[in-house]
Amino acid sequence: MLHIFCPHCGELRSEEEFHAKGQAHIPRPLDPAACSDAEWGDYLFFRDNPRGIHHELWVHAAGCRQYFNATRHTVTYEILETYKIGEKPRFTAAGGAEPQAVDQGVTA
Amino acid sequence: MNAINVYKQRPDAAQGESPLYHAGLHELAGKGPKHAGVSLREKKLLGHLTLRGDADDAAFASAVEQATGLALPAALAVVSAGDQSLQWLGPDEWLLIVPSGTEFAVEQKLRAALADQHISVVNVSGGQTLLELSGPNVRQVLMKSTSYDVHPSSFPVGKAVGTHFAKSQLVIRHTGEDTWELVVRRSFADYIWLWLQDASAEYGLAIEA
Repeated sequence: MLHIFCPHCGELRSEEEFHAKGQAHIPRPLDPAACSDAEWGDYLFFRDNPRGIHHELWVHAAGCRQYFNATRHTVTYEILETYKIGEKPRFTAAGGAEPQAVDQGVTA
Repeated sequence: MNAINVYKQRPDAAQGESPLYHAGLHELAGKGPKHAGVSLREKKLLGHLTLRGDADDAAFASAVEQATGLALPAALAVVSAGDQSLQWLGPDEWLLIVPSGTEFAVEQKLRAALADQHISVVNVSGGQTLLELSGPNVRQVLMKSTSYDVHPSSFPVGKAVGTHFAKSQLVIRHTGEDTWELVVRRSFADYIWLWLQDASAEYGLAIEA
């Protein structure tokens, strides 16, 4: 059982209270009518499937019922951080902070 | 002003039936063991109002305090005064519980105080009920029912969390040293009632009217 840090409740909660909601940071096209079919299809259906760092949308379904983002390593399942919608991740595939067990995201 | 149709959901003339009406709790009252480890009381037919707004907006916070007499609680907190309580449900959502029959007046008072603000007040009294558990073994019953840590060091008095409970979901409120409250949705009330009977059987369960 993982413990996941909810950035709204401000504490670690049991994994069973959460649901994963897929890839995060997917902006809706500002003018959908101007999209080509390929662009719109890409926005609607195509998602990344990286080996390594992945930014995901999660929801604290049984608690405060808020959405937030999590940075997860898809190989180790380590959740490196969680952060509110609109905030920038500290960990990215390109680098950033050294991965370590921090209070705001706990190792598997 | 908005044109929201606010009306008295449960008229005085109507006989309200709580979600546990069918369980006949009033008939079970006083028939439990003498030294029960767990006492259960349904605080039935109270007024439950869901309030939403911007917590960072000082005008919102002060208007709520002016209308209810309770300051907006921070995350995972419940504050109470007399028979009113205000609980944090989410960063922009609170649950206000008021005495039975006053919810209509309170809702109107809140709407008047919060006029012109981007808010929502919804009377959800018919949708949920409040169960109060008290006694020396309540914490053991909760430990059997939820994965959330209910030890006083992690769950002090005045804290309230939404979490999984049995195979359902509800809100647990710690209101006194040996007193806890469960905010149960109507459709889950029977399941939770059956679960609580089973979970507290070994400690002895007494029903209070």
